[in-house]
Amino acid sequence: MLSTSFTGNDLLFMLEGAWATLRLTLWAMLLGTLAGVVLGLLRAALPRLTMPLAWLLDVFRSVPLLIQFVLFNALKSIAGLEWSAFAVGCVVLGIYCAAYCTEIVRSGVLSVSANVNRAARSLGMTYFQTLRYIVLPMATRVSFPGWINLVLGVMKDTSLVLWIGIIELLRASQTIVTRIQEPLFVLCIAGLIYYVMSWGVAWLGTVVEKRWQEND
Amino acid sequence: MIEINNVHKSYGPLAVVKGVNLTVNKGEVVSIIGGSGSGKSTLLMCINGLEQIQQGSIRVDGTEVHGAPGTDLNRLRQKIGIVFQQWNAFPHLTVLENVMLAPRRVKGLARDEAEAIAVRQLKHVGLGDKLKTFPGKLSGGQQQRMAIARALAMSPDYMLFDEATSALDPQLVGEVLDTMRMLSEEGMTMVLVTHEIRFARDVSDRVAFFRDGKVHEIGPPEQVIDHPQMPETFDFLKSTH
Repeated sequence: MLSTSFTGNDLLFMLEGAWATLRLTLWAMLLGTLAGVVLGLLRAALPRLTMPLAWLLDVFRSVPLLIQFVLFNALKSIAGLEWSAFAVGCVVLGIYCAAYCTEIVRSGVLSVSANVNRAARSLGMTYFQTLRYIVLPMATRVSFPGWINLVLGVMKDTSLVLWIGIIELLRASQTIVTRIQEPLFVLCIAGLIYYVMSWGVAWLGTVVEKRWQEND
Repeated sequence: MIEINNVHKSYGPLAVVKGVNLTVNKGEVVSIIGGSGSGKSTLLMCINGLEQIQQGSIRVDGTEVHGAPGTDLNRLRQKIGIVFQQWNAFPHLTVLENVMLAPRRVKGLARDEAEAIAVRQLKHVGLGDKLKTFPGKLSGGQQQRMAIARALAMSPDYMLFDEATSALDPQLVGEVLDTMRMLSEEGMTMVLVTHEIRFARDVSDRVAFFRDGKVHEIGPPEQVIDHPQMPETFDFLKSTH
């Protein structure tokens, strides 16, 4: 029977959508952070040589994500790649994250003063030892709040994947809205679920930051 | 022995060190005094290869520091400790970890060995009760003493001090100078770039007055500080009092 009120099944459907949102966010952040750390370190170490990389990443930061999704999805079909919509979503979001994360990491690394670098080198530490034991831990503390912001942003940007046919939280909500014609009510619930997920991330961020701040 | 021969160093078009000759013997304490911009600090950075030179040579115990492909700078730096004006603590590590890091990672010592060395050096500079503290909680003088312990933990043969007290509040200068004096009394070979003229006179075997990127006058402190031979040295000393 087609019910016209909000049922428990609808809530389950939305939670399934929320799970897709979380999975997308997780994969995108994983891909984006790994790539962002490597590219950010390169950008900081070799600023001139990696200028073209900066221009390329600027494209991903400047073109609206929606356009990137649609273009990449079309490209995928033209190239004959048999990727699922979910994979496309992860890759596009991952590259988008990488573009932001590169800048976050770069600025973090550059925040470590040349003097501290010198002090480490003067003790006989190699470039990579200095990077591992001094620069990266210090840069992580500086970059972390920006990175948490990125996670929160990406979690909400995942809603754009509904345009390439993935049922995540927002798409699930719209489906229900179409049936029960209660957009405000359903969107409030969707917003609440987004809020709870974001709150979890922000809370984790605060816990980690507090632990670091005790040392300062 | 540190042998500095006709060293020239410039930053782009700006010549900072313009032909310095200076030899520091084992066990000697040499102070470098002079106005700002006279190339004193820059020369110190060149001794352990933190800065490149354009001309001349620097040898430490016979090892060429610059331009010799066979020289392992990381290895050489282990025997040249340096203390900077800005103490440059590693803020994410405790005092103990700051001092342990290089013995562990550079010398490859086991954790307890490195810790024993670090504790000994920190007690030596009077920070035995601050082992678990983070540098941010220390005063400038304490951080600078930690930096000295950090350098000493590598058991260096030479210690370079680059205006180690210039960034400190006046009431904190004494404790750092006392630590440096203690090292000199223990026979450490030291090169000090300093503005503390009286301290330089007390601890130095020789004092070098730098002017315009060169050693303008050098000799025992009784000569250079008490009875300068060059009018420029006299003027400089007069201006610092």
